[in-house]
Amino acid sequence: MDRREFLHLLGIASVAGMQLPLSVARAEQAAEELYDAAAFGNVSLLHLTDSHAQLRPIYFREPSVNLGVGSMAGRPPHIVGEAFLKQFGIAPNTRLSHAFTYLDFERAAPIYGKVGGFAHIATLIKRLRATRPGALLLDGGDSWQGSGSALWSKGQDMVDAQKLLGVDLMTLHWESTLGADRVKEVADKDFAGRIEIIAQNIKTADFGDPVFKPYVMRTVNGVKVAIIGQAMPYTPIAHPRYFVPDWTFGIQEDNMQKTVDAARAEGAQAVVLLSHNGMDVDLKMASRVRGIDAILGGHTHDGVPTPSVVDNAGGKTIVMNGGSAGKFIGVLDLDVKGGRVADYRYRLLPVFANLLPADAEMEALIARTRTPYESKLGEKLAVSEGLLYRRGNFNGSFDQIILDALMAEKDAEISFSPGFRWGTTVLPGEPITMENLLDQTAITYPYVTVTQMSGSQIKDILEDVCDNLFNADPYHQQGGDMVRVGGMSYSCDPTAKIGSRIGDMSLNGNRIEAGKTYKVAGWAPVSEAARDAGGEPIWELVARHLRTKKTIAAPELNLPRLKNVDGNPGITG
Amino acid sequence: MNPGHQATRRGFLRLTGLLGLATSALALAPRLALAAWNKSAFETKGLADVYKTLGVVSPVASGDVQINASDIAENGAVVPVEAISKIPNTTQISFLIEKNPTTLTAQFDLGPDMLPEISTRVKMAETSNVIALVKADGKFYTASKEIKVTLGGCGG
Repeated sequence: MDRREFLHLLGIASVAGMQLPLSVARAEQAAEELYDAAAFGNVSLLHLTDSHAQLRPIYFREPSVNLGVGSMAGRPPHIVGEAFLKQFGIAPNTRLSHAFTYLDFERAAPIYGKVGGFAHIATLIKRLRATRPGALLLDGGDSWQGSGSALWSKGQDMVDAQKLLGVDLMTLHWESTLGADRVKEVADKDFAGRIEIIAQNIKTADFGDPVFKPYVMRTVNGVKVAIIGQAMPYTPIAHPRYFVPDWTFGIQEDNMQKTVDAARAEGAQAVVLLSHNGMDVDLKMASRVRGIDAILGGHTHDGVPTPSVVDNAGGKTIVMNGGSAGKFIGVLDLDVKGGRVADYRYRLLPVFANLLPADAEMEALIARTRTPYESKLGEKLAVSEGLLYRRGNFNGSFDQIILDALMAEKDAEISFSPGFRWGTTVLPGEPITMENLLDQTAITYPYVTVTQMSGSQIKDILEDVCDNLFNADPYHQQGGDMVRVGGMSYSCDPTAKIGSRIGDMSLNGNRIEAGKTYKVAGWAPVSEAARDAGGEPIWELVARHLRTKKTIAAPELNLPRLKNVDGNPGITG
Repeated sequence: MNPGHQATRRGFLRLTGLLGLATSALALAPRLALAAWNKSAFETKGLADVYKTLGVVSPVASGDVQINASDIAENGAVVPVEAISKIPNTTQISFLIEKNPTTLTAQFDLGPDMLPEISTRVKMAETSNVIALVKADGKFYTASKEIKVTLGGCGG
């Protein structure tokens, strides 16, 4: 990153700051400074990741808790709030501080407006391509899931939008929860000759044959560039295995090295990894695999303004992570000289919808694909008095609504809700629409479950999920947040080992007993048996609950008491 | 062969009727192993006792033994593991799973013309160290890797 240029951009952005609504001229100036930064070098890669099917502009609050443990403690992306601004040299109370942090979110969001939206992204991509001929558009995955219309159209609305946007290559995560057959259908029909799905780590479970191309070689302005794909390594563990019974995943570090070597042997002058590993996994991989110039990463939804530079036996690899919900577009400009990457510039551009006029063609496509669903999505279920969001390691206010609804509707003592990192934000005083609710819940295994669990089973579940988040070895991290817990209080020491992170479990002031059973309501089970039990979709339960409430007070978050996190910049104060 | 874009290898084999042959070839392996079935070793619990039963004295952790497996099992019932020995005169490779109800899970006796590289599938009850035990010239060498068996769910 060119620091001087970045600071210049920040300075102008703060002039265009929050005191007054933007005049048209000032909006244009702000847009120019944000989006018209000079091109650099001879190969440009545009990166969109984890849009989670958000076709229309949304609000998205970044986390106030994003803890790193072990070697990752206090390192990007595990920095929030004021510490984040300091780390990346962003002035407080500016357009950029609003984009990258949760600070003052309720006050700033109405001023700067919504972010993302494919019609606005389309305008930005066209603008970037105008100064960067031959630029490739890479989609890091998690595009076909996360909204009602994507669920009901089996991802078709997103597939059509990706094609119109001009995506060149993509890799996979939630796409696979539409089933392997659906993914292959899109790859072989809709995408044929247009978009290539790449993944070095998806193989057939029987013979270990590749399911997709591990990488593709593209010639950009005379430079041979290899782009390798890495799908979410733990897809069949984090989700029901029955969606992809014949595919196997994993990190496959050895095969990654072989793939890089093969690409270099084929003459690649630059090697870029389009990754759905999550940032901690990418950072570890970058330290061990030789020959990757840049990792454009996603999955953990970290909007990181500047790349992390990682040393390895082959040289240096830069690692980026591109945020989520269509809020950011990453722009990586490479200067490839003498057969290698000599220099680079990177910017993670926030997509402010009111600085980028909607692209008419994309807007028309979105309107058309939404038509059959519009009335259902628009239903106003209740009015929220508080800010509703999800993102954060332990709980979010929208999750709390789901937890409360589960306990109330199922008469359960305890409730669980998965620690997904997608889900948009609702501002105080706004109605909660069916669309907002589906933004938090639209998955292909949405079944509500009610289970009698022993205290020791509950402890085992919490320990297991917590280890997926806080294992000191990044290769053991699956990329989700902690399961959200309703009813029961507990403590958590993220720095401990599996089996001793969770403690002080109690219900209404009484200690949870290992041998006693408790009624637990949850959703999103991964087993076939749970699917076949016929639980209703979670959004039906929550919608019913919200309709009767009409007004929802700001939820009180049930958060664990944290241990050994003092001074960790991944949590506020 | 085309890497799975149109036809998978399984589909191709099914079409050509070769799938049955491939499957039956796999099915031969356990029968071969039966020849040297060490009943008591396979019924013993715990690393120390299995070593005792097999006559293993002070096995050496060796960089020339490699164990390859994913860090987290996709399905505890079928966990792919691979052991490669670079030690000359390797005559036996065994897989031991420390926390399984019975520790010794598979044992392969190798003839002189066989490459000391074994891939198999094992079943795991819970997160455990998996040990590749190599016998060469009457001595024993090991490599170990922890494979995690998780409850699943709750992905980002």
